[in-house]
Amino acid sequence: MLRLGDDSLILGQRLGELCGHGPILEEDIALTNIALDLIGQATSILNYAGEVEGAGRDGDKLAFLRFEREYTNLLLLEQPNGDFADTIIRQFLFDAYRKPLFERLINSSDSQLSAIAEKSLKETKYHLRHTSEWVIRLGDGTEESHQRIQKALDNLWRYADEIFFSDSVDEELTKSGILPDLSDLRSIWEQTVKSIFTEATISIPSNNWKFEGGRKGRHSEHMGYILSDLQYMQRAYPNMEW
Amino acid sequence: MSATEWPLWEVFIRSKQGLSHKHVGSLRAADATMALENARDVYTRRSEGISIWVVESNFVHASDPADSDEFFEPSDTKIYRHPTFYEVPDGVKHM
Repeated sequence: MLRLGDDSLILGQRLGELCGHGPILEEDIALTNIALDLIGQATSILNYAGEVEGAGRDGDKLAFLRFEREYTNLLLLEQPNGDFADTIIRQFLFDAYRKPLFERLINSSDSQLSAIAEKSLKETKYHLRHTSEWVIRLGDGTEESHQRIQKALDNLWRYADEIFFSDSVDEELTKSGILPDLSDLRSIWEQTVKSIFTEATISIPSNNWKFEGGRKGRHSEHMGYILSDLQYMQRAYPNMEW
Repeated sequence: MSATEWPLWEVFIRSKQGLSHKHVGSLRAADATMALENARDVYTRRSEGISIWVVESNFVHASDPADSDEFFEPSDTKIYRHPTFYEVPDGVKHM
C-alpha cells in the first residue's frame, strides 16, 4: 500500500512544482488539477496504510516524517519535470499503468482499497486521456515537438520497466485477494503505450538499459531534494498544522 | 497576438439538466479536443457543469455596438410585448 501511496505522493509533489510555471495558463491548471488528484489519492491511501500499520502514524506522518530509504515510489516519478515533453512522457507512462491497476483494484477483497480505487479510477482515466492527447500532438506536431518528445521518451524509457517490479510482498497480497491478479497488467500497458506511440509517430528506444530500486527504497539523487521541499515545514516546526 | 498562438475558443457550460448552456469565458487551444479538455480543467473545477460546448471564436458573429440604436432601441417603447397584463397563478414557479 505504501508503494501505491508513495507513487501518488511523489508524482503529485513533482507536478505541484509546476503550479504557476506551466507552459500556458490552461495547461498550468490542467497539471495542477492532476497534482491535486494525486495528492488526494496519496492522502486516502497513506491514511489507510497508517491505520493498517496500527502504530499510530496517520497519512501526514507517513508522508512527511519518513526517511528517504523508507519511500517506495518508482524512480520514474521522482525524475525532474524537465521540459513539457519530459513531464508528459513521465505522466503518460504512469497513467497507462495506473488505469488498468485501479480497474483491477476495484475487485480487491479489501473494501477500503476497492473504494479508493473506484474514486481514483475516474481521475486516472482523465489523466490518461489528457496525457495521451499530448503525446500524440507533440509527436505528430512540429519537427521540434517531435524531436523533444522522442528525446523525453529516450531518457525516461529506462525507468519504465520498474513499473512492473514485483516481489514477495506483491505475491502474498495477490494470494490473499487484496491485490488482484496483475499478470495481464504489463500487456495492457504495452498495448496502450505502443498504440499511442504509433499514432504519435515516435518509437520506443531499442536500448535495454533498465533502472530499478525505488520500490526497495533506493532512490536517485533527485529524491533528497523533493523530500527537503516536502518535509521542510514538519521538520522545521514539528507538529505544526495549517 | 503572435502568429504562433493557438486559436481562441468560447466556452459554454450547462450547469444541470434542463438548463441551457451558458457562456462562461474563453481559452486557447490547438484544436477542439484539447479545447474541451482545457475547458474541463479551467472552468469545471468546482463542479460547475455536466456538459461543455466549445466554439472557435472566429465563428462567432457579433452585433456591432454602433448599431445598437436601430437594433435594440425600437423595442424599448413596446411594453405590450411583455406578458405583464396577466395574473400569474400562485402555483407557477420560475417566472
